[in-house]
Amino acid sequence: MTTSDVTITEAGTPADRPLLEIRDLAITFNTSNGEVKAVRNAHLTIMPGETVAIVGESGSGKSTTALAAIGLLPGNGRVSGGQILLDGEDISHAPEKRMIELRGNTIGMVPQDPMSNLNPVWKIGYQVKETLQANGRPSGPEDIAKVLSEAGLPDSHRRAKQYPHEFSGGMRQRALIAIGLSCQPRLLIADEPTSALDVTVQRQILDHLEGMTSELGTAVLLITHDLGLAAERADKVVVMYRGQVVESGPSLELLQNPQHPYTKRLVESAPSLASRRIQVAKEQGVEAADLLAPAAVARAADNVLQIQDLRKVYKLRQGLGKSSDFAAVDGVSFDVLRGTTTAIVGESGSGKSTVAKMVLQLEKPTDGKILFDGVDTSLLKPSELFKFRRRVQPIFQDPYGSLDPMYNIFRTIEEPLRVHKIGNKASREKKVRELLDQVALPQSTMQRYPNELSGGQRQRVAIARALALDPEVIICDEAVSALDVLVQAQVLNLLADLQSNLGLTYLFITHDLAVVRQIADHVCVMEKGRLVETGSTDDVFDAPQQEYTQALLNAIPGAKLMLPPEVA
Amino acid sequence: MIQFILRRLLQVIPVFLGTTLLVYFMVFALPGDPIRALFGDRPPSEAVIAALRQQYNLDQPFWVQYGLFLKNLFTFNLGVDFTGQPIAATLGRVFPVTVMLAIEALVIQAVFGIGFGLIAGLRKGKIFDSSVLLASLVVIAIPIFVLGFVLQLVFGVYLGWAKPTVGTDVSWSTLLLPAFALALVSFAYVLRLTRASVIENSTADYVRTATAKGLSRPRVVMAHILRNSMIPVVTYLGASLGGLMGGAIVTEGIFNVPGVGQKLYQAILRSEGPTVVAIVSVLVLVFVIANLLVDLLYAWLDPRIRYEK
Repeated sequence: MTTSDVTITEAGTPADRPLLEIRDLAITFNTSNGEVKAVRNAHLTIMPGETVAIVGESGSGKSTTALAAIGLLPGNGRVSGGQILLDGEDISHAPEKRMIELRGNTIGMVPQDPMSNLNPVWKIGYQVKETLQANGRPSGPEDIAKVLSEAGLPDSHRRAKQYPHEFSGGMRQRALIAIGLSCQPRLLIADEPTSALDVTVQRQILDHLEGMTSELGTAVLLITHDLGLAAERADKVVVMYRGQVVESGPSLELLQNPQHPYTKRLVESAPSLASRRIQVAKEQGVEAADLLAPAAVARAADNVLQIQDLRKVYKLRQGLGKSSDFAAVDGVSFDVLRGTTTAIVGESGSGKSTVAKMVLQLEKPTDGKILFDGVDTSLLKPSELFKFRRRVQPIFQDPYGSLDPMYNIFRTIEEPLRVHKIGNKASREKKVRELLDQVALPQSTMQRYPNELSGGQRQRVAIARALALDPEVIICDEAVSALDVLVQAQVLNLLADLQSNLGLTYLFITHDLAVVRQIADHVCVMEKGRLVETGSTDDVFDAPQQEYTQALLNAIPGAKLMLPPEVA
Repeated sequence: MIQFILRRLLQVIPVFLGTTLLVYFMVFALPGDPIRALFGDRPPSEAVIAALRQQYNLDQPFWVQYGLFLKNLFTFNLGVDFTGQPIAATLGRVFPVTVMLAIEALVIQAVFGIGFGLIAGLRKGKIFDSSVLLASLVVIAIPIFVLGFVLQLVFGVYLGWAKPTVGTDVSWSTLLLPAFALALVSFAYVLRLTRASVIENSTADYVRTATAKGLSRPRVVMAHILRNSMIPVVTYLGASLGGLMGGAIVTEGIFNVPGVGQKLYQAILRSEGPTVVAIVSVLVLVFVIANLLVDLLYAWLDPRIRYEK
């Protein structure tokens, strides 16, 4: 960031003067292990009406920097150096009273997770109303409805009377955007505003946010881990790494010509920008492992899984003893070739996870068959089902929730071996050590507990646990969705390696088409319980047949950005 | 919603029958002859005993006795106890006293428990928090009969701020001291529950968002932290109401409060089946209705919960 253009002169017109300028910012957290500097020497300038994105992985200090700008650092954090200038006024140590004046009116915020950021016990309208009231704006029913409808919530009078749990994720995020912009702030801090949403919804919300802020002339500080999204939406991008700003500049320039090694890695691994399957990149010499090349190995048509006309109907209660049928999965058929990766993509509610659950025999299909190795799984006896579970293993989305916090890593990975009575104590320990090697974790990890590991490490543990029983098929339900881009790339590489070494078959459930592009051989696109398109990954991506698939592809952030081939 | 309430009220019937049957059976199975016990050292003639037995249906088998009790209950004829007093009149005399005591105790534990708990939770780890936590631990650890006597001795006898015993002089002010004694234990739990809940909610995302909206601190605390923290606390308070009604036996004994607890204790000692069962039946109703109210309150406090059917 050049700082020559930010000299503040009293005579300068507001348009010349930065709205927000962060200089040499340092933020320190007091933890039980002493002081931790979360942010050092951060620089940032936002001109009025400009959109600036901070990009980085979790723990990079990007959210901390943004929270400092609105005076919302957690209790143990403080600004230990530098300045935060809002319109020339240093607010880094402003009294709380001043910050309350600024919040809402001058600085608005759209938080990350729409599920947890609305108070569940108050009606949406009330939560808008108190914002308007606190900032001294008219707050009658008409004003509330106007705020909500401007954020793209139709039928806003009725919506205002509903509670957050009656809203979908996208609608909640619209409500949060409505609240953030309700008092027409000059600066909006948008902290990963769409990372919890489906891609198509993500696109709508971001488009709407962009429209609203440009109309109001609001400057936006966009926090994101997605470089593609940042480049597409922001005028300038600031890259943060381990608490420091490592690079900043105009979006496209930075993307096409990254200088700092970290930015280069970020650009390389950004899933939305990578356009080929992982092993192709590796064949170019990135890594010399011998990877599966589906075309090279002539395979007999060996379908390990055959899904035939699968249906799952749930009864929906509609009060007073009435119920209606809801088909979560409706007539889905596809085959999974041994040793390949098949991805099921779709938005939430498309039924993709229900398919996974039925394949795992965690839900019973209403209709249709699942053949595993040619055997109808619905006819399995309990003992055969037990053996089936050995051969088909899951990896779930949330590496925080799917590991027992009271079990150390050894016990976690050893548990399936013990349950299936495999080997003795010594041989099981040997196996756990091998598994940790396979997933590239140090053997010392065995004694540690899940809360001592990072998200990526935990997901490796989950993979090791899934591999413990030498399964043939692994079902990954959003297995990398919760991970940072770089970690995601590492885990995807690991999965690809394991597939080529062990001949595994993956069924990959995801909403992220960018991930599909990197890992899958075949794609099944699901919409509202139906399979709308299937085909090889290349075919589907290069020539999508269905409108829905096209919409999904267009919604990938940064998909339209053209990059020089050596970067992508 | 109405269906839910009706269904819950219908559930009262089996609960009521089950508890009364159980209590009736236990009183029936108590060793000793209640009629002979009435006369002490000078046994009456067998004819008198037989007549009394007949009067109180004690010569009938268990099922007949229980059936007669139910029949009387549904015709609102609770009968008379061994001293010849109508049981209905006894209930009418003792229940208002205990209800007053329970309400006073409930208010005390709600006001102080929530108040101290909120402040402690907002100042987690500070001196106020630590001392309140320690004090509440002491209160929880000491049995109520010790606490009751200490309160009676200090405030009633030494300081003379309140009457040490209640006796026949029942009023809100004379019941204050026993109500404090009764409230103390639940108060400590309410405090700890509120504190834990406030600490949890203080770090919730929506609290941060509320602050980011520009709300003042008092507004954030009241509308977002305290309001959400009340959900488990109110549930506990409602459930404790039943305990306050029935669990007052010790407190009523210490402070000589002529309430349900005292009467129930006497009736058990005398094996007065009908009186015991009548009191317990009313207590069962109180419990069931208190729980229903808690469920309704819970749905009102937390809109995510809706009772269907």
